[in-house]
Parts: sequence; structure tokens; C-alpha cells
Amino acid sequence: MRLTMTTDRGVAGLTLLFALTAPLFLSGYWIGTLLTDVLLLGVVAASLIFLSAYGGMLSLGQVAVYGIAGFVVGNATTNGNTKGLNLGWDPWWGVILGILIAVVVAVLFGALASRSVGIYFLMITLTYSVIANLSFGQVTDVSGFGGISGIPTPGLIGVASAHQNRLYYVALGAAIAVYALLRYIVRTPFGLTLQGLRDDPVRMSSLGYNVALHRTIAFGFAGFIAAIGGVLFVWWNGHIDPTSIGLANTINVLVIAVVGGLYRIEGAWIGALFFVILNNYSQQISFIGPRFATLIGAIFLVIVLVSPGGLIGIWERALTYVSGRNQGPPDPSTVAGGTPEPTT
Amino acid sequence: MTAVPAARFGRVSALQARFARRFGWSVLGVVIVVPALWVLFLAPTTGGWATSFGSAVHDPKDFLITLVNGITDAGLYFVVASGFTLIFGLMRVVNMAHGAFFLFGGYVALKLQRHMVGQGGSFGLTSDQVNLTHWILPALLGTVVVAGMGLVMQQLFLRWNQGQDLRQALITIAVSIILADQMLAHFGGVAEDVSWPRNFDKFVNLRVSGIQYTLTRLVILGIALAIGGLLWVWLKRTRTGMVIRAGVDDRAMVSALGINIQLTFAIAFAVGSALAGLGGVIGGSFASLAPGVDANWLLYSLVVVIIGGMGSLGGAAIGSVLLGMTSNFSAAYLPENYTYYSIIFTFVLVAIVLAVRPLGLFGRPA
Repeated sequence: MRLTMTTDRGVAGLTLLFALTAPLFLSGYWIGTLLTDVLLLGVVAASLIFLSAYGGMLSLGQVAVYGIAGFVVGNATTNGNTKGLNLGWDPWWGVILGILIAVVVAVLFGALASRSVGIYFLMITLTYSVIANLSFGQVTDVSGFGGISGIPTPGLIGVASAHQNRLYYVALGAAIAVYALLRYIVRTPFGLTLQGLRDDPVRMSSLGYNVALHRTIAFGFAGFIAAIGGVLFVWWNGHIDPTSIGLANTINVLVIAVVGGLYRIEGAWIGALFFVILNNYSQQISFIGPRFATLIGAIFLVIVLVSPGGLIGIWERALTYVSGRNQGPPDPSTVAGGTPEPTT
Repeated sequence: MTAVPAARFGRVSALQARFARRFGWSVLGVVIVVPALWVLFLAPTTGGWATSFGSAVHDPKDFLITLVNGITDAGLYFVVASGFTLIFGLMRVVNMAHGAFFLFGGYVALKLQRHMVGQGGSFGLTSDQVNLTHWILPALLGTVVVAGMGLVMQQLFLRWNQGQDLRQALITIAVSIILADQMLAHFGGVAEDVSWPRNFDKFVNLRVSGIQYTLTRLVILGIALAIGGLLWVWLKRTRTGMVIRAGVDDRAMVSALGINIQLTFAIAFAVGSALAGLGGVIGGSFASLAPGVDANWLLYSLVVVIIGGMGSLGGAAIGSVLLGMTSNFSAAYLPENYTYYSIIFTFVLVAIVLAVRPLGLFGRPA
């Protein structure tokens, strides 16, 4: 146990040091294209892991919320797109509006799905994602298939392609803040209640807790996190279209979360790092070429079948093995598919 | 069995709960009555709110066409979603690969049809090159191949994870990722369609308001009704069907009685997948096959079973009709400048049903 904790702290410190100094020794391509993407995908995946690990709600709706934030920012801050509202606001107001609207929608989504658990929740939130994708494709007032281009970043960051390090540090700051916030929230009375609901909703409800309300708030809060990811995405990409929130990307975020490890927040960024780097470099392997989706699908399948704890699960098992103390596997109730939902 | 109401309302008192439910029902009433009034009497043909056809009183012919379109669309939704709900009802497996199975069935049929008839022109085959056999044989092959594929997936990956429903859902997601990517690699990204046989590709006179209606849509409806009837007879009148219904209620008890529940699972999974494959052939003839179509059909299946109640065949039928009606009427009766908002009504439909009945109209707690 002590070894695990010390190693954890050591790894965390080293990771932070690496992340902070990375622009000194990594190329602009690594910083601007790969690692910034890792950080922002990790933020979205973290919102999914938070809901799944602490609320027992495996959500496929995070990308929908992320997309809503991104599209609102795009509509609010651009000027001169053929489609969209072209409001031409200051980027910061766009961010505030984007996050606000995304959270309101997330609360609505959460309220509708809050009385469902397990696979029902998964199916309902998947419906949100697909409908959000189709809606943005059809409603040309806000997007249409071409999407919104030329989304500006605040003057502080400047043009993303010219100042890659600035956006990288903003994304890093956001990722650290999100991580710290999530770690804090799960220790508050609200976070503890949420974990209680995850483990035994019936008992919590007879103790007087409003189950649906807590789930709704948790979904809204996770929506807030996902919205931060959406804002970072449009700053980084400068463009958002319905494909950005299509089924493929919805599932990619799930893959990132599961491959990283669905029961610890850190898993989000580990999964994102694995995903982005594999996506970038697997194309150079001759027999894979453009078939990255098949590769990641196969890895996902193996992880789900063999190690439900994902890469973090494998790491922890290795540590336990080294320290010679058998802590047993992670709490099965927090791992997707560990135990079936209690039936009534 | 008391867990669900308790979990639903938490600290809310019984009185408040009753109020909430009544409020839900009255909202439901409004959202049914207002659109109905709009479609029947109010929809104008001029002004800022002009619709394509105007109200049903003004233009009964197009109202009827929209109605029949809704019903025939519902037929195809039902074929696909009944397979989804059959698998879910018995095994609690949410087959996220259902959309990919749909697309694969369509592609298998497409390839066999092209093999039998030839490649056709740059737009593929035309229906006068295709006779009935050239459609039925590919349809059968697509159905059977997808049934086999579903069976293999169930035996290889799902069987030993019985009872871990989230994990099974993740497994089927993994399969769908791989399958979709492989289909893109082998069949390309260009939209193609299976050609209807010349016998189907014509108009018939409905003898109501002189409407000339496409026969293919009626064929789809006929197939859907036949499938619905067969499923009903199979589930209600045969031994296997009886075992399946018993298994839906209590799996443990069924296998304790010495029935080979694994065999039943395998049969149900094959049949459910076959329906996705057949749906893919019909959908590929009616519309087209392309990457991304799988996501749409997964959505339709999900919406139908979320509305109707998961695992209920009757629910799938009602859900299909509601989805077919909502999509067709919202596309036809929204003001012309806003018809592209019709997709949002699908979400509204799901939202309303979930608000009033979290388990769907015919859903029961697991």
C-alpha cells in the first residue's frame, strides 16, 4: 500500500514536471498537434469517467455536450461564415455563453435520464449524441454539414497555429484544474452521496436522498467539464462540424476512457495519450495503414475482455505484484461491467 | 419490486409525486393536442408560417400520403428494432453492433445482386434489369450471413459474460467499430443501393383521392406485417417461443427446469441479428448504403425501444409507428422555412416518453 502511494505521488510529480517542461524539448508538432489534443480529449473523457466511476452512470452523451459548447462558441464568436449565427462576440463572452448553454442542456439531458441506470442510461445518452449530431447537420441556422470555421481564440492566446505553446499551457492549466476539481468534488458530501447512490440507490433513497436530483446535478456538473473540453477543442481546431461530434467520436471518447481505466480520473489522460499517439503513428505501420479504427476497436475489445480496469488497472496490478502485497483487484462495483445492476 | 418508485422520487412526498405525474401527463396531452390541431386545421399555406401542404382539411390528399409514408417507414423501423428488442428482452444484451449488422446485411445483398446481374451503370443497376429472384436471393443471403455473424459474436464474446450487461454492451461497441471500419475498407465510402426488382418498382393506385403510391413502400409494409405476425406466432404459439418468454421473466428458473437456455439464447441472438440483416437489405433497397448509415439505424432502433419499452415486441410496434409518424409529419407540416428542425422532434418524442414513463410505454422493471 505504501509503495503504491509513494509510486503514485512520484509518477504524478514526474508527469507534471514533464508536462510543464515539454515545450522545451519537444517539437512544435508534438506540442501543438498531439499533446494539446491529448489534454482536451482527456478533459472530455474525465467527465465520462467521473460519471461512471463515482455515479455509476456510463454516459455516451458527453460528446454531445462538448459539441454544444463548441458550436455555441463558434456561433457566438465568428463573423463571416456562410452558415451559423455569426454574432461576432468577444471570445471570452463566447466561452461563458457556450459553457452556460451546454450546462443547461446537460441538466435537461440528465433530468430525463436520471431515473435510468446501467445500460438504459447508456442507450439514452447515446440517443442524445446521435440526435445532437444529426440536429447540427440539419439545422443550418447554427451549423449545417459544413460546420463553423475560423473560430477565434482570445487575444491572450493568439492564433493557435502561431503560438502553439500558449494554447498548450492553457489546455494544461484547464486539465490540471479539472483534475483537481474532480478530486475535490468526489470528497465533498455531494461526491460521497453520489458514490452512495452508485452502490445502493435504494438504501440512499430510503435514507432520504433524492436520487434523481443528485444524478441530474452530477450530469450537469460533468456537462460543465465536457463543455470546457468543447471550448478547448474549438480553440485548438478553429473549426467544428457535425462530424466532430459524430458516432465515431462519441465512441472514441468512450474508448479513451475505457482503455485508460474507467475507475480513476487519471485514466482519462492516459487513455487519451495512448489513443492520440497510436492514431498518429499507426498509419506508418504498413499492414495497418488507414485502418486505425480496426486497430483501436481490437484493442478496446481486448481491454474490455481481459482488463476492465484498462491501462491503469494493468499498472496497478503490476505494482501490487512488485510490492508483494495482494490488495486484490479494484472494487468491481466501480468498474464497468464488474457487477450487474441490482435488479428489483 | 418497490425499489423503482422509491428510487424514482427520493425525498419527494407521495403528494408531490402524484402532482409530478399529473403534470407530466398534462404536458403529454398538450404536446399531442397542439400538433394534432396544427396538422388537421391550422397549418397555413401562405405567410411566414406557410407549410408545404397546408392543413389536412385544406389538402387531405397530401395528409393521407404523409400518413401512409409514416406507417410504411414504421414498418422498416419495426423490422430492425424488433430484432434489437428480442435480443435485449431475453438476454439483457444491448447490441450496439445492430446498426453495423444492418449495414453489413445490405452490403452482402448488394454484392450478390451485382454478382448475379452485373455491375450496371455509374448509378448501379436499374430496376428493369432486376427480376424477383435477383432481389429475394440476395435478401436471403444477407439475412443468413448476418444471423451467422451475430451467432458467432454471441458465442465468442458474449456467452461467457452473461449477466454483465455493461461489459457486453462495450463488447458489442468494439465489434461495431471493427465492423464499420472493415466495411469502409471493403465496400468504400460511396453510397450505393440494392436495386428493387422491376415487379416492385412501380406506382399503384390507392383508390383514395386518386393517390398514385410507390409499391415498394407497400412491399416494405407487407414484409413488416409478415415479420410481426411470424414473430408473434413464434413467441406465443411454439415451444421455443414459450421458453423465450419464460426466459424473459426468469432466466434462472428456466434453466433450473432443465431447459437448455444457452441454446435458446443462441437462437434468439441469431434471429435478432437476422432481422437487422433483412432490415439492411430492405433499407439498402429503399434508401442507400454508406458509412454512417449504421449510426442512423442504431439510433432508430434505440429510439423505438426506448419509446416502446425495451424487450417488448408490442412496444417495438408502437414505438416504430410513433417514430415514423413523428419524423414524417414534422418534416411535412413544419413551416417551410423550418422543416430542417424536424430531427429535433425525434428528441422531443424521446424526452416526453421518458419524462412520463422512464421505462418506455410498455417497459417493465428488469
